[in-house]
Amino acid sequence: MTAPLLTIKNLTVTFPTPKGPVEVVRGISFSLGRERLGIVGESGSGKSMTGRSILKLIRPPGRVTADEMVFDGIDLMGLRERRMRELRGARISMVMQDPKFSLNPVMTVGEQIGEALQTHRPMPRRQLRARVLEMLEAVRINEPERVADLYPHEVSGGMGQRVMIAMMLIPEPDLLIADEPTSALDVSVQAQVLDIIDELVRRNGMGLILISHDLGLVARYCDRILVMNGGAIVEECAARDLDKARHPYTRGLLAAMPRMDEDREELPVLDRTAWAAT
Amino acid sequence: MAFEPSPADSSARMSAGVMAGQAARGVAGIARFVLVVAATFLGLLAITFFIGRVVPIDPVLAVVGDRATAAVYEAARERMGLDRPLLVQFFSYVGDVLTGNLGQSISTGRAVVDDLGRFFPATLEMATVGILIGVALGVPMGVTAARRQGSWADQVIRVLGLLGYSVPAFWLGLVGLAVFYAGLGWVAGPGRIDIFYEGLVEPVTGIYLIDSLMAGEWEVFWNAASHLLLPASILGFFSLAYIARMTRSFMLDQLSQEYVTTARVKGVPERRVIWRHAFYPIRIQLITVIGLSYASLLEGSVMIETVFSWPGIGRYLTVALLNADMNAVLGATLVIGSVFILINKVSDVLYRILDPRARR
Amino acid sequence: MSAVRDWLLDDSPSSRLQASLGRAWRSFSALMRNPLAVAGALIIVVLIVMAVFAPWIAPHSAIGQDLANRLAPPSALHWMGTDELGRDIFSRVVYGSRITLMIVTMVAVISAPIGLLVGAVSGYFGGWTDRVLMGVTDIFLSMPKLILALAFVAALGPGIENAIIAIAITAWPVYARIARAETITFRDSEFIAAVQLQGASSVRVILRHVLPLCASSTIIRVTLDMAGIILTAAGLGFLGLGAQPPLPEWGAMISSGRNFILDQWWVATMPGFAIIAVSLGFCFLGDGLRDVLDPKQRDGR
Ligand SMILES: Nc1ncnc2c1ncn2[C@@H]1O[C@H](COP(=O)(O)OP(=O)(O)OP(=O)(O)O)[C@@H](O)[C@H]1O
Ligand SMILES: [Mg+2]
Repeated sequence: MTAPLLTIKNLTVTFPTPKGPVEVVRGISFSLGRERLGIVGESGSGKSMTGRSILKLIRPPGRVTADEMVFDGIDLMGLRERRMRELRGARISMVMQDPKFSLNPVMTVGEQIGEALQTHRPMPRRQLRARVLEMLEAVRINEPERVADLYPHEVSGGMGQRVMIAMMLIPEPDLLIADEPTSALDVSVQAQVLDIIDELVRRNGMGLILISHDLGLVARYCDRILVMNGGAIVEECAARDLDKARHPYTRGLLAAMPRMDEDREELPVLDRTAWAAT
Repeated sequence: MAFEPSPADSSARMSAGVMAGQAARGVAGIARFVLVVAATFLGLLAITFFIGRVVPIDPVLAVVGDRATAAVYEAARERMGLDRPLLVQFFSYVGDVLTGNLGQSISTGRAVVDDLGRFFPATLEMATVGILIGVALGVPMGVTAARRQGSWADQVIRVLGLLGYSVPAFWLGLVGLAVFYAGLGWVAGPGRIDIFYEGLVEPVTGIYLIDSLMAGEWEVFWNAASHLLLPASILGFFSLAYIARMTRSFMLDQLSQEYVTTARVKGVPERRVIWRHAFYPIRIQLITVIGLSYASLLEGSVMIETVFSWPGIGRYLTVALLNADMNAVLGATLVIGSVFILINKVSDVLYRILDPRARR
Repeated sequence: MSAVRDWLLDDSPSSRLQASLGRAWRSFSALMRNPLAVAGALIIVVLIVMAVFAPWIAPHSAIGQDLANRLAPPSALHWMGTDELGRDIFSRVVYGSRITLMIVTMVAVISAPIGLLVGAVSGYFGGWTDRVLMGVTDIFLSMPKLILALAFVAALGPGIENAIIAIAITAWPVYARIARAETITFRDSEFIAAVQLQGASSVRVILRHVLPLCASSTIIRVTLDMAGIILTAAGLGFLGLGAQPPLPEWGAMISSGRNFILDQWWVATMPGFAIIAVSLGFCFLGDGLRDVLDPKQRDGR
C-alpha cells in the first residue's frame, strides 16, 4: 500500500470559554488515501472543526494541537502560515456549507472562481477566463458566459453550490473537504450536486472527505465512514459494512433512519442512555 | 457638542437612507427623494423662522429705536410685514431665503449673504483638510484594530475612540496652541495667514491653499498650511475617532463572514483577503460614515474657529451670537444646516446606489 | 446573605417583585464584572459625591477672590492653582460639578420623556400618526444639533436654563426613534393584544405596558448621550452663552483661562480634565450598560 494522503494522530481543538477550556474535538486519529471518506455525526459533534483544522483555519481563540498531521509527506503542524497558504486551495480545498453566505456578495461569480486559480497559477486574463468557463461547464452550468458575470445574489442555491465546487476544484487539489455541501439545498438538487462532486473526484483521482449528518447519504457516496459524537470518533467502518456497526450510537442513528419499505408507525428517537454510560 | 454623529442618529439616518436609497431608484423614486430633501429644508426654515419669532428682542424696536412714537412704530411694523398672519410671514420668509435675501448684518453692516459667501471658504478648507486627515488615519486604524482584536493596538484605538466622545474640542484647541505653537513652535498661531502675507494672493476660490498654488506663491502656501495644520488636525482627530470606531465594527462583522473564510480556503494572500474580500464590501457604508463625519466637522468648526480666530462661518456665527445679530445668526445657521442636510442625504443615497446587491 | 442571593437567583420566582429584583441583581452583577463599567460608575459616584458635599470637600470658596494670589501655579495649598481673580481652581471645579450634574439631569428629565412619548405613540398607532411624527423627528435628526442649540440660546438669551432648554430640544429625536423601533417590535404581540382585550385604553396601554419596555434601551442611550450633553453645555459656557460668571461652570472657566493659556496653562487646562473625566465616565458606563442590557447592539458604535 502506498503512503496515505493524509494522516492525523490525536487531533484536538480547544476553545476557551468563561467556564474554562472546552475540547470540541478530542484527540481523534485517522488516515486517508485517495479515497472517499465520510464523517457523520449530529450537530455540534465537531465535524466542521475537524475539517477546518486540516486547513489550519480555526480562528483564534480556538487552538489546534495534534501529535501528527501529515499531508502527502508535509508536516502541517510545523508549517509556516506562508507555506500553508500555498497548500490551501492548490492542494487541499474545502466546499463550504451554504453558498448564500460563502460567496462574496460584491464579486462576480467568474471573478471568484478565477481568483482561486490566479492565486496559485498566475496567467493572462484571456486564458483565465477560458478556464473558468470550462470549469463552469464541468459543474453542468448551462450558460457559463452569462453566469460568470452574475453576482451571487443573482444565482439560485443549487447553482451557487456548483459555483462553489467549481471554485474549489479549479486549481485541481489533491484533497477536497466537502462540509455539508448540500444541507442548504432542496432535496431535489442535493443528489445532482453530490453526483458532480463524485464524478470530478473520481476523474481527478482525488481524496474526498464528505462531512454530513446524513448517514444514508454518506453511505452512498463514500468508501469508508467515521462516526463522530461529542468530538470523538466512536465508530470507523467500511461503507458497505455499515449495518454491522457495533457502537450503540451508530446503531441508534441507523435505527432512526427512514427506510423505503417503512412499516413503523413512528421513527424511534435516539436513545442516549445506551452509550452515555460508556 | 454634537461633534460627531451619535451612533443612534447615524443608524437612524442610515435606515432613513436605505429608504431614501430605495426611493432613489426610478424616476418616481428620484421625485420622492427630492421631496424628502425639500421637506427637510422646509423644516430647517421653519425652525429658523420660529427662532427668529421667539427672540425677546423686538425687531421693530431695533429698527425705529425705543423713543419712536406709537404711530412711527406701527408704520414700521406694517412696512416690515409683522402685522400679517404668521403663515404669510413664513412664506414670505421662505421666498426671501430662496431669492438669497437674508437681511443685513448689524455687526458688519453688509448683506448677510455676502458675508456668508466670504466666510464659507475658510470653513470649507479647514473641514476638508480635517476629514482628509481623519480618513487617511482612521480607516487603516479601524482595519488594524479589527484584525488584531484585543491586542494593544486595538485597545489604543478603542481609547482614542472614546476620547473622541469626551474631549471638548475648544479645550483641545487651546492645549494644542499652548503645546505646538507656543511651546514647540511647530505650527503657526491663530488666524488663517500671517499679516505680512495678507492680500498677496488674489482670492479666486477663497481657499488659500488653492489660491496660493494657482498664483504660484509657495511662501504664502506654506504659511497658510502651517496655520491650517493644527486646527485641521484637531478636527481630524475627532473624525478619526469616529471613522476608526465605525470601520472597526464593520470590519469585525466582515471578518466573521463565511465568504472571508472561503477566500482563505482558496489560499488568497492575507492582504488581499483583508482589502479585497473584507474591506471592499463595506466601502460604501464607509462613504456614508465619512459623509456624516464631514457634515459634523462643518458643524464642529464653530468651536475650533472661535479658538483659532479662524475667519470662517463658525466664527461669524459666534460673533453674531454675542452681538445679538439675529439676521447673521439665522443666516449662518441656515447655511451650515443646509450643507449638513445635503451631505447627510447624499451620502445616505450613495450607499444604496453604489451597492451591486441593490443595483440591478 | 447567601440566602438572599439564592432568593434573588431563584429559577422559579414566586412573585413579580422577586422576578424583577432577581433580574436587576443579575444585570448588576454582570455590570460589576466589566472593569470599564465599574470605572465609569465610580467616576459618576465621585461626581455626585462632589456635588452633594461640595462645601465640605472644597478647601476654599468658589467665588472668594484673593487678588494678591492671582494666577498662582498648582501647589500644596492650591492643588490646581488659582485663576485671574485669585480664586482656587480646585474648589471651583468641585462646585462646578453641581452645575454639570444639574444640566445633565435636567436635559435627561426633559428630553427622554418627550422622545419616549413621541416614539411610543408613533409606533403604537402607526399609519398617519406615525408618518407625521416621524417626519418631524427625522427633520430634527438631520439638523446640526450644536448649531441649533446655539441658535435657540441666541433667541432665548444666554443662561443655564435656556442652555438646558436648547439642548433638550435637540436631544429628544434620538429617543423617539429608539422608542418607536422598540414599540413596533412588540406592538402586535400577544400580551399587548391581551391587555387590549381586557378593555384597557390606548393611553393606559402606552403608559403602563409600552413605555416600560422601551425603558432599558432609552436608559442606555441617555447614558451614552450624557458625554455629548456635557460637551455641548461646556461649549455653550465657553462661548459665553451658558452659565454666566461668576458661576464656576467648567466651560466658562476654560473660556476665562483662554487668555492665559500660554503662560498660566493650568487655568484653562484643569477644568478640561474634569470635563473629560466625567464624559469618559458616562461613556464607560453606557458601554457597559449596553453590553449587559442589550447585547445585540454590541460594537455598534
Ligand atoms: N468559537 C467557539 N467557542 C466555543 N465553542 C465553539 C466555538 N465554535 C464552535 N464551538 C463548538 O464546537 C463544537 C463543534 O462544532 P462544529 O461546527 O464542528 O460542529 P458540527 O459537527 O460541524 O455541527 P453541524 O452539523 O451543526 O455543522 C460545537 O459544540 C460548538 O458549540
Ligand atoms: Mg458544521
